[in-house]
Parts: sequence; structure tokens; C-alpha cells
Amino acid sequence: MFRSQRLTPYLFVLPLVVLLCFVFGYPIVRIVEFSFKMVRGIDGPWIGFRNYELVLNQPLFWESVSHNLILLLAIPVMVAVSLLISIVLYERIRGWKLYRVVLFLPYILAIPIVAIVLKKMFQFSGPVNEVLRWMSLDFLALDWIGSSDVALWTVVLVVIWRESALGTILFLARLLSLDESLLEAATLEGATWWQKVRYVILPQMKGVIEFYVVVSVITMLAAVFAYVYMIGGGRGGPGTSTWVLELYIFNALIRTSLPGIASAVSVMLLVVSILLIFPLFAARRHAREEELV
Amino acid sequence: MTTDIASSSRRPIRWGHAWRHAILLTATFVALVPTVYMISTALKSQDEYVVDKVGFPSVLVLDHFREALVDSPFLGWMLNSTILVLGAVGLSAFVSCLAAYAIARLSFRGRDTLFAISTSLMAVPPVVMIVPLFVLYTQLSLISTFRGAIVIYAGLITPFSVYLLTTFFRTLPKELFESARIDGASDFSILWRIVLPLSLPALLTLVVVNALFVWNDLLIAIIFLQDDAKRTLMAGISVFQGRYNNQIPLTMAGMVIASAPMVILYIAFQKYFIRGLMAGAIK
Repeated sequence: MFRSQRLTPYLFVLPLVVLLCFVFGYPIVRIVEFSFKMVRGIDGPWIGFRNYELVLNQPLFWESVSHNLILLLAIPVMVAVSLLISIVLYERIRGWKLYRVVLFLPYILAIPIVAIVLKKMFQFSGPVNEVLRWMSLDFLALDWIGSSDVALWTVVLVVIWRESALGTILFLARLLSLDESLLEAATLEGATWWQKVRYVILPQMKGVIEFYVVVSVITMLAAVFAYVYMIGGGRGGPGTSTWVLELYIFNALIRTSLPGIASAVSVMLLVVSILLIFPLFAARRHAREEELV
Repeated sequence: MTTDIASSSRRPIRWGHAWRHAILLTATFVALVPTVYMISTALKSQDEYVVDKVGFPSVLVLDHFREALVDSPFLGWMLNSTILVLGAVGLSAFVSCLAAYAIARLSFRGRDTLFAISTSLMAVPPVVMIVPLFVLYTQLSLISTFRGAIVIYAGLITPFSVYLLTTFFRTLPKELFESARIDGASDFSILWRIVLPLSLPALLTLVVVNALFVWNDLLIAIIFLQDDAKRTLMAGISVFQGRYNNQIPLTMAGMVIASAPMVILYIAFQKYFIRGLMAGAIK
């Protein structure tokens, strides 16, 4: 009886350990191994850094990296939009709950659906351009999807449209847990709206903003597959103008059957995400400390 | 992250209102336009769409819905996605309830390390895991099997589940556990009879966030479920939109059908969704 008591915790965590080892542990060990092998089918000979050399010498890899980096430019816009909307929602004007239901909607809609609908809206002869021409803004009626100079920026717009909903959700959750006595004191002292936002609200939201920024960086570098797959017609098109690292891995693994190459890129993404885990945890800690204040 | 939503019905701040409504109305408009366009276009005839892409349909046409449902197995895709959601969310909930209980309430060697590792895995993007799993699954003939995909999805959502449940279980009062233990209850029955009934809000958050992840995923679905009969809704619509490239009203009818289940659930259970999303957002 006593012994089984001592074993209980281990039995309780055993399924977790098995599951995490299978879905995370095994793949992480194997991508590192694969990245140094010429894998054909299920295994292959060791070839040192050849996969990395091949990848790093390929212009398409660098183009993908540059596209992922351009996507990072969405983040400041997302932060600004989410902050504005969440702060106004927090003021709980009439109907704020109804606004909230609608403003969270983009996050409920699946990315592939969002991407397909917006892709059709932004077609050259689509409704967006029709409205722009009607407003005599012809110079803005670009070939949003079909031009290789513009397509990536259209992806940026679509990403902003949906991911700002997450920011709004996160920031509003934080705001609703704020200590309101400070705000009331500021109101009593006659602070303007901007002063209250700048000196009372924003300082208390530093942690949650940091957290959102780091999460979004990870998203932009390694979790935009569904957007790009749908908008770029499965091939990062037009040309390679919306090609990103995930598509590079997908292509190497599924279309050209080069798991070694796919692994080398995966290892690089893994290293980047491990480097981002530390700021993420620091930000999460700050966000939690704010809650406790 | 606990949020006192009950207090949100109070209305302590009132700073002039017009421009706030203007901001929220603009945001609402931008948030709704794609949905309105999708529904309105789905109800337009192909001929009318060619002429007028912006306005509402002059005559409501329902044929596209029938055509989409007859030509493409939307219901089958939804069934497949539902199987994956139930399987993965259920498996993950089972695994994480047990583990979170042990991490939050029992002491054992390696507990803090396990929790730290599990939590940090939340930041690792799924794309990193796919190459070796794909190679392994090919070897084991697990490609295009639900059980194979369910295990991957369950694994990917479990770090978040463990994190959320552990933090929640830690907030439950200690006396609860002590008195139950004095009564001779085993850990399993404490978890099952006392902890879980008290954890419904946390479990709800978990179900909402995890179900959305699995239902909406495309990457795992197109790599690990390649067989037509196993296709999920998201993989299905990607095929669907490619097939009807220029028939935009028909495409939109498909999108309406595809988004209906989650949107209906969202509207019907908005309170739970919003609570779940806000509590789960810290993920």
C-alpha cells in the first residue's frame, strides 16, 4: 500500500511523458539526426553539413526567410489596433458586449476560410478594387493577389485582420483584471483620456504586450502556413513571392521527398523558437506579476 | 490567467462616447465585411456576381448551396474533423488531467522540471515536428489513419492543457484534498469526484481553445491525412476552392457551409467561448 502511494505520482504523469516524448521528444532528436543525413525513404548515410550547405546556398531559402521577416512588420500594426480596440471596449460603453462578440469573430473563423474569402475579395476584378475605383482611388486598385510585388503585402493585411482579434482578446482579458482604483483616482484628478491611457493603463499592460509580441513573432516565423498555402495557391505564388519557411519544409518533405533538407530547415526554426522561449517566459512572468499587483 | 468577468457588468468609467462608438463601429465593419461578403455572394447568381460584386443579391439563389453539398462531401469532411476533435481533445484532456493533478497536488522527483519542459513546448511550432513523424508514420503505415493524426493533435495541444489545468488545480483549497484523504479516498477518486467537478470552467476553456486548434488546422491535416476518405474540412475546402476557381458564388457557398458549425457554436455559446478565449489567450 505504502509503495503504491509513492508510485502514484509517476503513474499519473506517465501518459503525459509518453505522449510528449512521442510528439515532441522523438521528432526533435530525429530532425537533428536527419539534418546530417541524406535521407531516402526512412534513413540514409551521414553526410555532415551537406544539407545545411545546400539549403544556405539556395536563393529560395533566403527569399523565404526574407518573406517571414517582412511578415514581422504586421506586429506593430496588430499591437496598435488591438490596444485601441481593447481599451475602447474596456470603457464599457453601451453595447460593448455586442461589439466584443463581433470583434472576436475573426479569431473563430478558420484561417483557410478567412484566406479564401479575402483572396476572392482582393482579386484584381474583385469587390475591393471595384469599391476603390468607385471612390476614384484607381491608383490603389492594385493586383493584390496576382502581382508578385503586392501579394506578400496582401498576406500581411490578412494576417493583421485575423491576428489582431487575438491581441484584442488578450489585452481585454488583462484590462478587465486591472485595479480600477487607480483609474478612478486619475479621473477624480481630472486626467484626460490620453493621460489615463499613457500613464495608468499602458504601464500596467507592459507584460501582456510583450507576451503578445513574442507569441506573434513565433507565429510570423513559423505558423503562417495556412494563410500562405491558400492565398498563394499552394505554391507560394505568384512565382515564389509568398513562399515562406514552412512552405519550404512542406515542399522538401512532401513534394520533392527530401526529408534531410526539410530537417535542416526545421532545425533552424527549432533553434529560433528555443531562443524565443526565454523572452516568452520572461514576458509571461511579467504578465503574471502584473496580475498580482 | 484568471479574469474577473463578473465585475465587467459594472460601468465605472464614462468618458464621452461618440468617437468610441466610431472606433468600434469601424472595427466592427472591418471585422464583419468578409463574412457579409461571403454570405451575400453565396446567395448571388453567377451572372449577377460578374456584373455586381459589391451589392446585395437582387434575387436570392440557393442553388450554390445545393450544388456545393451535392458535388463535394462537406458533411463527410466535417465528420472527419469532428472525429479528430473529439479524439484529440478527449485524449489530451485525459492525459493532462492526470498529469496536472500530480504536478499540482503530489510531490515527486522531477516534478518542476517536467512542468517547465511541458510548458516550454507550447512555444515550439508544430511545423518542426512533422518531418520525423511523417517518416515514422510512413514506415508504420499510420499515414491517413485517424488514430495517427489524433495522437499528433493530442500531443500538440497537451502542453497548453497541462499548463492551464495545473495552474487551475493549484488554486483549489488545500483543505479539500486533506479532508478527502483522511476519509481514505484514493488520488484517482479525489481527482474524479472532487477536483474535476470543481474544474468545469477550466475544462471548458480547454475544450474551446483545443477544439478550435484541431478543427482549424491545415498543416497536419494535409500532411497526415492524404486519403480522400480521411480528408478534414480545412483540407477539403482547399481542394474545393481550387476546383471552382472562377465560380466565386459557388466557392462562397462552400465557405458558408464550412464556417457554419463553428460560427453557430460561437453564437449559441458566446459566453463560454468568450470566457474560454480570454482565459486561454495567455497561451
